[in-house]
Amino acid sequence: MKITEFLKKNILFLDGGTGTLLQSAGLAPGELPERWNLTHPDVICDIHKSYFDAGSNIVCTNTFGANSLKYSNVELKEIITAAVANARRAAGESLGSQPKWVALDIGPTGRMLKPLGDLDFEDAVAVFAETVRLGVRCGVDLIFIETMSDSYETKAALLAAKENSCLPVFVLNAYGSDGKLTTGADPLSMIALLEGMGADAIGVNCSLGPEALMPVIDQYLKYSSLPIIMKPNAGLPRLEKEKTFYDLSADAFARDLTDAAKRGVSILGGCCGTTPEYIASIVERTKGIKPLPVTEKEYTLVSSYTHAVVFGESPVLIGERINPTGKPRFKEALRSGEIDYLLREGIAEEEAGAHILDVNVGLPEINEADMLSKTVTALQTVTDLPLQIDTSDSAAMERALRLYNGKAMINSVNGKAESMAAVFPLAKKYGGLVVALTLDENGIPKTAEGRVEIAKRILAEAEKYGISRKNLIFDPLAMAVSADKNAAKETLRAVKQITEELRAHTSLGVSNVSFGLPERDIINSSYFTMALSGGLSAAILNPHSPEMMKAYRAYLALAGLDDNFENYIDLASSLTQSAPKKSDVCEEIDLKKAITKGMKDQAASLTRSLLKEKEPLEIINGDIVPALDEVGDGYEKKTVYLPGLLMSAEAAGAAFEVIKASMPEGASADKCRIVLATVKGDIHDIGKNIVKLILENYGHKVFDLGKDVPPEEIVREAKRLGADIVGLSALMTTTVPAMKEAIRLLRRSFPECKIIVGGAVLTEEYARTIGADFYGKDAMEAVKYAESVLKIGQR
Amino acid sequence: MECLVYIKVYDAPKVDKKEILRYAGVLCDNDEINATLDSCIAEAENTLSYKLCYSRYPVRVEGDRVDLGFASLMSYSLANRLKDCCEVLLFCATVGHGIDRLIARYSVVSPARAVMLQAFGSERVEALCDAFCADIAVEEAERGCKTKPRFSPGYGDLPLELQRDIFTLLDCQKRIGVTLSGDMFMTPTKSVTAIIGIQKEK
Repeated sequence: MKITEFLKKNILFLDGGTGTLLQSAGLAPGELPERWNLTHPDVICDIHKSYFDAGSNIVCTNTFGANSLKYSNVELKEIITAAVANARRAAGESLGSQPKWVALDIGPTGRMLKPLGDLDFEDAVAVFAETVRLGVRCGVDLIFIETMSDSYETKAALLAAKENSCLPVFVLNAYGSDGKLTTGADPLSMIALLEGMGADAIGVNCSLGPEALMPVIDQYLKYSSLPIIMKPNAGLPRLEKEKTFYDLSADAFARDLTDAAKRGVSILGGCCGTTPEYIASIVERTKGIKPLPVTEKEYTLVSSYTHAVVFGESPVLIGERINPTGKPRFKEALRSGEIDYLLREGIAEEEAGAHILDVNVGLPEINEADMLSKTVTALQTVTDLPLQIDTSDSAAMERALRLYNGKAMINSVNGKAESMAAVFPLAKKYGGLVVALTLDENGIPKTAEGRVEIAKRILAEAEKYGISRKNLIFDPLAMAVSADKNAAKETLRAVKQITEELRAHTSLGVSNVSFGLPERDIINSSYFTMALSGGLSAAILNPHSPEMMKAYRAYLALAGLDDNFENYIDLASSLTQSAPKKSDVCEEIDLKKAITKGMKDQAASLTRSLLKEKEPLEIINGDIVPALDEVGDGYEKKTVYLPGLLMSAEAAGAAFEVIKASMPEGASADKCRIVLATVKGDIHDIGKNIVKLILENYGHKVFDLGKDVPPEEIVREAKRLGADIVGLSALMTTTVPAMKEAIRLLRRSFPECKIIVGGAVLTEEYARTIGADFYGKDAMEAVKYAESVLKIGQR
Repeated sequence: MECLVYIKVYDAPKVDKKEILRYAGVLCDNDEINATLDSCIAEAENTLSYKLCYSRYPVRVEGDRVDLGFASLMSYSLANRLKDCCEVLLFCATVGHGIDRLIARYSVVSPARAVMLQAFGSERVEALCDAFCADIAVEEAERGCKTKPRFSPGYGDLPLELQRDIFTLLDCQKRIGVTLSGDMFMTPTKSVTAIIGIQKEK
């Protein structure tokens, strides 16, 4: 019988803990338990058999840490082969009459994935894939991914399982007492991610006892449409006479799990501290209980690595600013690979109140797939908002979806056969909420009815791929009302019909409606309100537009979605406060003072007003540079300290950003071209970021390659960008060899560039030994060196 | 795996602003710096969680050779520190990922805040270690033992490679969510591993 069939009519019993049993059999602290499959096969087989005898349907192989990071390929193969054989033998020898299956157990790698750690996502997928392939070859019945405490690693393991087997996959996460995974994911975000990717059953194990895990389980039962698994510890460990005990007896544990079964949990087992006795108790207590039917839930969800956004409760705001259309400064940032600029846009949108960020980095002259995946990854290090990936290039879409930590929004599919054939397979494989535009080969229908017809066709086609209604959100396309006076009305009718007749969610790029009209925000915000009252679930908009945000907050207040009017009162008080404050600050201080004092906002607004009377260069040389010099001097004399220096640098940076925005595209007076990188193996980049900021302040063009950058990439990029100087940073002794290698390669294939090094472990002497031109003790030293290189160049 | 290793969770130890400024390299503060510091503390405070896992092992010291049972190594500085000790307490402490995420975010929008947050995180994890060591000293005194100041891999000539053994033994990932990279970096970065020598009082 198939497990998935069995599950429909029966509660499925898993095994319990093995650690305690192995230790009492003599496993020493620090010894790797997976080796016991080879050295003590009888012990392992006996443990498995005792669980089958107790009534377990599924026993997990002793392969929790069996992966290629811990074992050589040869040993890994031996271990997994032996582990599966041990479990199979146990199933054969046990006299239990229940159906029995053997699950390939997969635990975390023990390493943290980037960006928090150093393990690359694709490397993690490859590690899990190796284990999965070996398990499948040995004939396991299902894949059992457990004790995962990081969402990204969970995704890597599930992806590896799906790509390398057709077996059922169960996924269990380990939640802390705060109801979250170690790296921050809440239950809802995990449900969104795992269901999206096609797990067969999901749930929780380890870390806590059954009672403490109930709030998490309740979330699973409410939101998930899959069978739910519970495999908790036997309560909390406590120490008694130098021995560890768990505070729940087998009977108390079984009672709690029986309660869980009555509430709908259909797969039961135990983790740390549980023994065959515990499993036998559960089997006994749940006799005669039939599992509750697993029902399809209608929640529309997207998620990041911390939380999910639910559609249909309160309107969802999708920030549209990460998009080069009509923005010269943004295009320039894309061309020069200045990802930080994009990140700042995203952070600013988050601060303005966006719930999701649209990400579009398409520009004809750049490699969109590279840029999109880089941007998505980088955004996920600085903001925890879910992302809407916006590209028509399906290769770029696939790479971004693969690397995305969560369940993304996919922007977009439309009614053309070609579009659906490209997008739906990706949505099915990686999960995602697909934005569906109601247009097709014949263009955009004029009437609401025409658009609804297309929506129906898209729904039907999605169904063929196994993508349900809740994973589609329709955009019936806001059209310029100036071109057709009925355009706005028809779109609103389409919103209403899709919401009511198709029972599906809708999204609109609202601001298109005012195209060609003056004072567009007036029209946009009113249209936004009309659409919201017609049932619109989400809008793509500029969250910095005060009129749109006013309309949004007012709608929440009026629609009963703003408890105690907190949102509205927030908005109101920010409106009354902000006006007078600005002017009196401006009168008191000048730009130079704003910079030396590190006042970012004032520096920007003062620059804005100065630009009305002075030339950009006059401001740079007359105000900004003297202020920086003053602070730099103070830093060298130790009257100003690092944070003060940085606050001033940030204020100067804000002033520069204003000046840059006022200059025509392409016009810039950069001094040196400097490539910066933290070397391979090193994930500390704050020092490098400081140097970058100060160098930029002094007018140098800095290309930041980021952290953990391989030597080959440093050389390739330095050559491509025509660097005058390459700056390398390393914090730990273990990564200095990578720095040395980068220098060696640079000298060989790009001898004309200068190399400057810095970082906690380096000294002047050491820098010389590894072949650098200059040792930058701190950021100011780096500036001085860059200025000297510039002078030589000019001579 | 069975827990021979204990887990302890602390409430936030008292914040020492002077110490944070010292970590940030500020020897003489002013209003702007203090305002930045206060707002960093306010923003980061709630993202922190104070967790430790620890375990005890017998130890034998002969010359520079230290035999910890799970590992045997040559280290003058550790041997010196563990002289007359019969037992060691091995621990790993962390304040969690939240502050790393904030530091990453501010590295992009405000390196000044990033530096302050770095300093705050360092002060926090050290304060956690201090609180824990003080508790252990009291506990050991009740058993008639004395504790030595904590000592970490990388100090003196104690090899950083010892981290691998510590991580295997304490299973830090499963217990408190700390992992070790291929190059021996800990994640979350605001984490500490250390050894406390325990001496029987004569």
